[in-house]
Amino acid sequence: MSVTQQAVAIDGGFARSRPARHKWFGGIHGADYVWAAAFAVPYVVIFLAFVLYPICYGLWLGSEPQLYAQLWDDPRYFTAVLNTVIYVGVGVNLKMGLAFLLSGFFMRKRVWVKTLLVVFILPWATPALPAYMSIHWLLNGQWGMLNNILWLLFGWDGPVYLNSHWMGLAANIGAYVWKNLPFWTIILLAGRMSIPQELYEAAAVDGATGIRKFAHVTYPLMANLYLVCILLDTVFALGDFNATYFVSGGGPAMSTEVLATLGIRYAYTVALPRLGVAEVMTALPVLVPLVYILMRKLRVSEGQL
Amino acid sequence: MSATYGRTASTGPTFGGGGTSAGAAQAGIRRSSRLHTPLHYRIQRYGMETLAIAFGLVLAIWSVLPIYNMWMIALETHDGVFAGSIWPEEPTLESFRVVVTQDFWYLARFWHQFGNSFYVGLSVMFLTLAIGSLASFTVGRMRIRHGWMLSNAALMTYVIPASFLAIPMYRIMQIYGLSNHLSSVVLALTTFATPYAIFIFSQYGKSIPMELDESARIDGANPFQIYFRIYLPLMAPALVAVGTYALLLAWNEYLYNFLLLSTPESMTVAVALAQFLNSDESPWNFMMATAIIYAMPPIILYYGFRRYMAAGLTMGGVKG
Repeated sequence: MSVTQQAVAIDGGFARSRPARHKWFGGIHGADYVWAAAFAVPYVVIFLAFVLYPICYGLWLGSEPQLYAQLWDDPRYFTAVLNTVIYVGVGVNLKMGLAFLLSGFFMRKRVWVKTLLVVFILPWATPALPAYMSIHWLLNGQWGMLNNILWLLFGWDGPVYLNSHWMGLAANIGAYVWKNLPFWTIILLAGRMSIPQELYEAAAVDGATGIRKFAHVTYPLMANLYLVCILLDTVFALGDFNATYFVSGGGPAMSTEVLATLGIRYAYTVALPRLGVAEVMTALPVLVPLVYILMRKLRVSEGQL
Repeated sequence: MSATYGRTASTGPTFGGGGTSAGAAQAGIRRSSRLHTPLHYRIQRYGMETLAIAFGLVLAIWSVLPIYNMWMIALETHDGVFAGSIWPEEPTLESFRVVVTQDFWYLARFWHQFGNSFYVGLSVMFLTLAIGSLASFTVGRMRIRHGWMLSNAALMTYVIPASFLAIPMYRIMQIYGLSNHLSSVVLALTTFATPYAIFIFSQYGKSIPMELDESARIDGANPFQIYFRIYLPLMAPALVAVGTYALLLAWNEYLYNFLLLSTPESMTVAVALAQFLNSDESPWNFMMATAIIYAMPPIILYYGFRRYMAAGLTMGGVKG
């Protein structure tokens, strides 16, 4: 679900309280209640039918204890957990770190930098499926372009990337970073741009240069945004299906599967939907606190920028 | 996007520009005083700029390489794909012809599936806008009691990974009798697009003065008229941003399309494209030509609506 990741919700939030005087003049009366309720109905129906019901159904499907015994006995499950930890841990931090640095780079006011930004957005504008398929072929050991380039430039005979567990995992992470880096760069760039220039001027008057401006102006003002981005992207990366499914295909021998793909694999290749649900549910101890923190962050945090 | 950048670009002073980011007026002063600048400063400055350009070049190659690869394979002949070159030896549009005329058995229903993708995209867009704007109006403007529950429900949906809900969702669509029906995908994707819509709409709605609603009410407008005649027209930029977002989400989605649609009649292009991977002997040039045609609408839409998209994205994040 790659484009969901476009959805960003950084600061401010849903339930930010509005002063009482901003209520509708005189409050809601009589027939207006009916209108208000009628307006809310479509979303409530959607939520009940397609969010709450599936969640409850999933909890019921995965409620048998022996499913977890079965998972425990499956070495592929542990590989998938390890892969997920590496995928999310490295993928998210590498991407956000790069995005942060690049957002500084794109603050340069040069015409060529702006042109570069247009090109740089391209991975994000391309749908995930064709892009990952192309990367899959790019990394092909025999005919892939990467090895062809290495051969032409340096005379190296590149490895068969997707035939090894670690290189396959690295390829998945690389593809995920490639696809989503532009998006987070834009978000952080927007964050940087919203820092009032007066602060930098004041810092300059006080004699601050380069690194001190960063440490005392940029960093404190960007920290909250950066943290929210990290948390949000952690959830997105945890649920990312496409990169693993299309770049390494989970292979070789299911050694690069992550939780999101292994669950689908259990449910539709091995035809054990309950095991698939149980497998996904083992992510709940991590997911629930994350969702809780994010909900609080997105609701409470107001533009500190 | 350029709107946002333009704003700071015109007012932005010497921050992060490697010492060369002063405005045009200052440039003149600098040029006249260049002779007095110590040599090692000048070397440092040009060195930085060269370094930045080199870095930019690497970045451009990194961004474009997989896309170049896609074009290269699509322009190759079938045997050329396996020739091991880094540009097409004898470029041909044959693969595109095959796709457009549906001349290959995986692609027999290509235009029909293309139409399905459009149908899903437009339906998701329309439903997301309608449901999202109604919900945000009732929570943000009419301030119904327990509105916070609705906001929290949306927020929760937003932060739950969709792929984790895929298996139960598949079962539930069977229970509703919607499997292999395009409407199953439309409903599922609307569910995942609406929370973002509610979020952006309630953010953007704060910039519309409440007094407008109040005066309309004094003039005797009922809530629906206020919604339709005041709220919606003033929300136009947010509607464009969210509409584009929903359309792209639906167009780019793979997992739900794959699970819920399996007959060639009901498939969308994404599923048809992934079918190429089923066989070992896939014609990679046809596949990449299909991929390029499939990727075109979102790229065009994205670059066409870039301004609005970026506005929508940063609406939540940036104030002032």
